[in-house]
Parts: sequence; structure tokens; C-alpha cells
Amino acid sequence: MRLLDQPLDFKQMPGALAVYRARTYMAGLLSFTRAVKKGGGRFVALWGSDERDRSEKPSEGFSLHVAFGLTEGLALVTIFLPADNPEFPDLSEIFPAANRMQRATYDLLGLHTRSVDQRPWLRHANWPADFFPLRRGPVPKKSFPLSHEDYAFVRVEGDGVHEIPVGPIHAGIIEPGHFRFSIVGERVLRLEQRLGWKHKGIEKIFTRLTLHDGHILAGRVSGDSTVAYAWAYCLAAETLTGCVVPQRAAWLRALMLERERIANHLGDLGYLGNDVALSFGLAQFMRLKEDWLRMSNALFGHRFMMDCIIPGGVAQDLPPDGSELLLEQCETIEHEVRTIKKVYDDHAGLQDRFLTTGRLQPQLAEHLSVSGVVGRASSQVWDLRATNPIAPYDQIDVQMVTHRNGDVAARATVRFEEIIESLRLIRRLIKRMPQGEVSVPLPPVQEGECKVDGANAVGLGWIEGWRGDVLVALEAEANGRIRRCHCHDPSWRNWPALEHAAVGNIVPDFPLINKSFNLSYSGHDL
Amino acid sequence: MHQLLEQIVVTGLKTEAPPAPDEALRAIAQRLGKAILDKLGQALVIRHVDPGSCNGCELEIHALNNPYYNIEALGIKFAASPKHADMLLVTGPVAKNMEFALKRAYECTPEPKLVVAVGDCGCGSGKCGKIFCESYASCGRVANVIPVDVAVPGCPPTPLALMQGILTAIDGK
Repeated sequence: MRLLDQPLDFKQMPGALAVYRARTYMAGLLSFTRAVKKGGGRFVALWGSDERDRSEKPSEGFSLHVAFGLTEGLALVTIFLPADNPEFPDLSEIFPAANRMQRATYDLLGLHTRSVDQRPWLRHANWPADFFPLRRGPVPKKSFPLSHEDYAFVRVEGDGVHEIPVGPIHAGIIEPGHFRFSIVGERVLRLEQRLGWKHKGIEKIFTRLTLHDGHILAGRVSGDSTVAYAWAYCLAAETLTGCVVPQRAAWLRALMLERERIANHLGDLGYLGNDVALSFGLAQFMRLKEDWLRMSNALFGHRFMMDCIIPGGVAQDLPPDGSELLLEQCETIEHEVRTIKKVYDDHAGLQDRFLTTGRLQPQLAEHLSVSGVVGRASSQVWDLRATNPIAPYDQIDVQMVTHRNGDVAARATVRFEEIIESLRLIRRLIKRMPQGEVSVPLPPVQEGECKVDGANAVGLGWIEGWRGDVLVALEAEANGRIRRCHCHDPSWRNWPALEHAAVGNIVPDFPLINKSFNLSYSGHDL
Repeated sequence: MHQLLEQIVVTGLKTEAPPAPDEALRAIAQRLGKAILDKLGQALVIRHVDPGSCNGCELEIHALNNPYYNIEALGIKFAASPKHADMLLVTGPVAKNMEFALKRAYECTPEPKLVVAVGDCGCGSGKCGKIFCESYASCGRVANVIPVDVAVPGCPPTPLALMQGILTAIDGK
């Protein structure tokens, strides 16, 4: 079939998710990417795979996959690259969000572009420039010596301009990253990020696991989004095996995903209060979050519901009194959140710090492919639960929350409203939840259906986590061993937007702006 | 303003009793004397370092400061600089890219610098200890990079387990 009137032959993939796949060549990829941009579609992710061990043609040594979000569903375009010169077209001129993903693809696989930005991204000089960890073959046993990297930050020059380097270890209980501020007085002229500090080779580790245990690692790509990742991974694994999960399992997964969303939003709203010196907000929201996590522990067996979603369904059903306890807690939390919201709304000091701070204009958000909470606070009308729903979201009528101001206040408002909406969804999920089994065994790999026009089978999972849309792309061997698993965090697309949102603000407002984005380092660094 | 005050009154005190130290968490025997432990027991400053966790442990470390665990009431607080810290609380496997930074933080911490390794991947225990072992990008558990006094396993360890580990490190028995 055709998408966006482009001359590519897309094939609909099996599985719960609407995925369309096409294989093309460089020119086809470029023109389709332009068509997506023009047609208001989204750039989601870009990654590569080593095919040299299973391809007979030297022209098909590597494959490059690019995923786009369209109203029809997820469009995955694959091109082959020659083994001896794996060069692919620079998409960052069309979608700037591709820049860091292209650099990471070079660091991990040696697939390159002719982009002007050839700086490494995930590689920090701690492994040799000619070692590409995701290429197949024997893994070097010896570890590489540490080395100092002189990263080429873009320098801002002029009267009174100076730099503040921050990190990788930040001043707080937070993940590591490096921020380079160029400032005049207190005003930020430019912010440049250097990430990749937490790169621990997750995609390489996946190749040691099987389809049956990959969800454990997927659930630890970004611990705060463990439910979203585990669900996305399981969707991908279930697609590759033709597994149909029981209805009740899908509903329980959604219940957990909404609980994860609320837990994180509660924490964020507390920290946003704390960052403007309203410690009352932190104490109150962290109390509510603790109540919430304790209930998850009581009903699902884990405070963050890690390993509760498994390939084929969910690990366990709710206890008999579970529904009642959940409904009661929804009432209590909604009442408390509404009460504290009034305090936030009426607090002049808080509003003064929130309003107009860290503004990300809708047009820029669109240009940068910003997703999730941050995107929705800047008019990006995109929430997979509403725009591309899978079961049970197609049956519970999700009301997407958006705002147009794009400042800290808008991002706080979106979180407040999403909590209320998720509470409503949880009630609806519980009241309408179908009865039955909660898991089935995962069948053997049957990837024939997932292949397209010579390109190898890829199973996909695409889930709207609390931060934004999480994508998992999975390839498996016939014996069930994972061949390639690419996990994509929405933070990839949102980090560059933070660089823009900080410009023109004063340095002391940066922690507040950063918190209002609350992006993942681990999910990004992999 | 009255709403804020009313909410504080309605909420009341939530703090629960802290757990007892647990000798089983010790990676090495207590190396500090009674005099210093008595001091640390009254005022302990922690610098948290994350050299490669999934961020799960950080969520639970944050929880230590919530009204239920209220760790600051025990005289324990978190500092922004290792130079102000008595203890490093280190999460996750040590990513290669963070090895140098972790060593620097350790060097900057004044003696007798206690180190508490947190989480299965940081301690090399459980299924995550196996998954996140040494590789081209990872040094594996924390003890592979800096000396560890107490190891708190779990994925992630609960706030109570974390408190227990911290209190064990400054316990003299």
C-alpha cells in the first residue's frame, strides 16, 4: 500500500500495533522523509543492524531503519548499505532530531553520513575509534584503556561571555550528564549538552539474552519507565512469534502503564514545587507518590512494577480485593491532588517562577520532533493512547491533554491534567476489565510475516510512556536468541529542545526548566 | 495560604521508625572506631553518585527524603559536593565513561570516606548483577572501581533497605 502518496510499497505487519514496512534505496528514503516532514508526520527513530553474517550480497552488508509516526501508524523504512562503505543519507537536514541518532549509529556500528557534525556521541574516547561494538563477531575480552576526550563544544565569543561547565556528576540525586552554558551575566546565551556518560552497552547485552528474558533488560533501560519499556518489548516479541495475548493481560498492562504515569507525574510536580522553594509541594507530592508506590507493591509485587509485564501477558493477576483498593486510592489521590493544585495555582511566588520560564515555542517543538509531555505542553498533538491507540486504549476514549504556552507552567499543567485523566482511565479500566487468563506461553519465532521485500524481520513495540513514546525494535534468531534489540527513548528527541528552551533564561532557572522536561539519561545513553 | 496550612495540619506526621542496621550487608568489616562512628551517627553527609544506573535506585534514594522515611530527621543529609561528604552512595554498574568521574569523586571525598554500593547491578548480585557485568562499556559492579564498605542489593532496593545499609555503615557493633 501507499503512504503519503509516495512511490513506496508498504506492507502492513502482523501484531497488535499498526506498523507499515517498506524497503527502499537512498533516494526513496530521502524523498519519503521529506514527504513525512511536509505531511505533518513525525520522525521517531533511526538505527542500524549488521547483516554481513546472513547476507550473500556485499551491497547488503548493513541495514538502516528509520521509523516515522503517521496517523495511519508507525512507518518503518529500511535500506541496505554496502559492507565496504556503509554510508547513508544525512536526514538531520530534514529532521534535526536525527543528528545525535546518526552520530550514535556511527559510534556503535560504523554507519556514517556526510553530515557536517561528525563528532562522536556515545563514544567518549574510552574505546577505540575503529571498534564498533554492535558489529557482529567475537567481542574483545580485554577492556580498553581510559582516555581523555577533548569534545569540540561550540564556543560563544564576545564581550563578557563566559562558560559554566556542569557535570557529568550533578549537584543532586540525579543521573550524570554534562551541560556547557555560555552566559553573559546571569543570562544563558547557549546551552550545549554532552551525553553518553551512562552508556553501558545495553544493545550489546541484549544479544546474550533470549526473547523470553529480554523484557528484564528492557525494563531497566530507564527505571522510571520500566512498564512502558517492558510493554513495548513484549509487543515486539509477541509480533515476532505471532503470540496473541489474552485480553485481560492487555488491560492489566494499561492499568500498570497509567499507574506508572501517575507515579512519575506526582514526583515531578513535587520537585517542580521544590525548585521554586515551595518545599511544602515536595513533601506533599512525595507522600502521595509513596502511598501510590506502596499500593503497586501490594497489588503487583513491585513498587515500580518491574518484571510485572512478561512476554505473553502479565506475571500475575490482581488479588481479589485489588479492584476495590485501586478505586479507593483513585478517590483519595484525586482529592489530594486537586487540593494541592489549588495551593500551586494561588501561590504567587510559584506562578511567577513558572510562567514564561523555559519557553519552547510550538513551531520549534514541531521542527525538533519533540514528543510526550514536553511536546504536548507546546501544542504537539500527539499521544499514542489517543492518536494511535492499541487495545485497550481504543476502547476507553483517552482525552489527550495539551497546552500551547510551552513554558514550565504549561508543562506543570499538562502533568496535573494527565494525572486526573489517568485516574479516570484507571477507573474505567477496572470497571470494564474483561475476565480470563492473564498470560499465554510465547510460541517459537515465526518471522516470515514480519519480513518485507528481502529485508529481515523486525518486531516493533511502540508505547506512550509517561515521558513520551518508547519504541522497541527487535530481531531474533530462529532459536529464540535475540539478534538485535534497539530501544528508543523519547528523550533522544527532547534533549535538543532543552538546549533551546534554556536560551534567554537566567542560570538559576535552569534546574527548574530541566526538571519540567525531566528527561532520561539512562534511556538515552543505553 | 490558609489552604497550605490546613493541608499541613490535615496531613499530620507521617514519619515511621527507622530500621535496625543489618550486619549481613557489610562487604568488609567495620574499619572505623567508636569515636568517629559516634560523630557520624549524629550527622552524616552523603554524596550520591550515579555512574550508570537505570535511574530506578535514584527514585528510591529520593524517597528517603519523603515524609515517611524522613532520613534527615536522623541527622543524615545529602550534599552537592563529595568534598562535603562522609559517605558516597553509589548506584548502578560503573559505565566506562563514568569510571574517571567516580574515581575523582572518591578522591575528593575526605577520609575516612565510607562507600555504600546500591542495587543488584552495583553489587554484582541477582539477575541484574549477571546482566550488567563487565563489557566494552562497563566496569561492572562498584567494588571493581572503588573500595566498598556496605553493599545493598535489590532492584531497586527499597527505601528501608537503603536506610538499613546507610545505618549499617555507621554502626559500630
